[in-house]
Amino acid sequence: MGRFAVPLALLAAWWAATASGWIKSYQLASPRDVVRELADLAQSGLLWRDLGASVERVALGFAIALAVALVLGSLVGGSRVAERALDPTLQGIRAVPSLAWVPLILLWLGIGETAKITLVAIGAFFPIYVALVSGIHGVDRKLVEVGTIFGLSRIALIVRVLVPATLPQLLVGARIGLTQAWLFLVAAELLAATNGLGFLLTDGQQTSRTDEILVAILLFAACGKLSESGMRWLERRLVGWTDTVPA
Amino acid sequence: MKSQRHGASGESPAARIRGLRKAYGTNLVFDGIDLDVARGERVAILGASGCGKSTLLRCIAGLELADAGTVVTAGEIGLIFQEPRLFPWLDVRRNVAFPARNDDERARVDNVLALVGLAHAAQRLPKELSGGMAQRAALARALVRDPHLLLLDEPFAALDALRRIELRAAVREILEFTRASAILVTHDVDDALALADRVVVLAGSPAEIAFTGVVGETATRGAILDALGVLSSEPGHSARARTAS
Repeated sequence: MGRFAVPLALLAAWWAATASGWIKSYQLASPRDVVRELADLAQSGLLWRDLGASVERVALGFAIALAVALVLGSLVGGSRVAERALDPTLQGIRAVPSLAWVPLILLWLGIGETAKITLVAIGAFFPIYVALVSGIHGVDRKLVEVGTIFGLSRIALIVRVLVPATLPQLLVGARIGLTQAWLFLVAAELLAATNGLGFLLTDGQQTSRTDEILVAILLFAACGKLSESGMRWLERRLVGWTDTVPA
Repeated sequence: MKSQRHGASGESPAARIRGLRKAYGTNLVFDGIDLDVARGERVAILGASGCGKSTLLRCIAGLELADAGTVVTAGEIGLIFQEPRLFPWLDVRRNVAFPARNDDERARVDNVLALVGLAHAAQRLPKELSGGMAQRAALARALVRDPHLLLLDEPFAALDALRRIELRAAVREILEFTRASAILVTHDVDDALALADRVVVLAGSPAEIAFTGVVGETATRGAILDALGVLSSEPGHSARARTAS
């Protein structure tokens, strides 16, 4: 009960403030309007179009980020030569607040899907990459030694010791990366989009429809929460063996 | 010369070490160590912490490359460290089965689990084990390939006094049952006297073999403590002394 008290109080305050006319509907739509707008959008099919477009961009961008981070992270984590060659550059790029790349990406890739997915991928890439490299560097040398004693080949050592030992860190990085993916999706869709949840935001702003804006915000919250819960479920399933307090 | 090992059989000793030398930079750990371990013999290497006994064991195990000298061991080696070093993502059974390369060795998993008294805990994860149980699992893992020679590096050091006595008795039984040769590195005179047929004391810098004696004959507590350079108030008997660490 205790965990619902504050949200319910907020909802009640929201309802009271809008129903009494103290706050005008062009400033903040009432809970009722928001629910009605949500139902309208669902009925017209626009909801699924926008939700689908956003989820697709996040999924594609995240998948690309994961693939590139796995390759580069394994290289940098596993080889000193690759680390010296690549890591300073990647750390330099990481130091740039990623949204600063937006103008350049728009100039290069236009305002189409490619630009949006690229931006999402940039946002998701660094948390995964950093977590993977530090995961590989942090593998218990004593466990690697056990593999060596039993005469494991390099491939067997990677598959049977290094990969499972790195997995917890990688999953944490992936969870943060997915959160970042949603963040960058909003940025990408706010800039230029004809569909997606971010488009719902700008459309609501331009038409002074606060109910539409709030629907978009609620949907973002739901998507973020769902992906976070999904990643945590994956962590519990795959790396429940870790002897640490869950983050 | 480089360290070498080959699976010789027949009458060759379990381990033959000749003229072993190891240095880290300008720090010479030991030079000219000779040691033979006969088939089925259990040798304890005693010495104060940092005297080089662990380095010697790591050279024998092939984990460190000696700078000179030879190590020849017959057959498979099993190695047990101070820490259990279990893979935290594998349950006890999978940890023990980790080194198994064929059906014969996989079939031994249940036997060695029973041997170390962990048959009931086969499904547990390492984080669910006590220190003593984890070390038993490590022991079982080392036994899966049926080693001719067990190398034990301070295997009881991380355990409390009771678990230490328990596990020591278990190791003793297992060594007698498997008839494996063993080299035990320890700083604890009781460990050495309880488990070994022969005690070798490593002392000095660079380390040398300062004493070697058969347990029950020349390797008495007093003689060992003397060789370790420990002042014993009751030389020769009942001194509950351990070397300073």
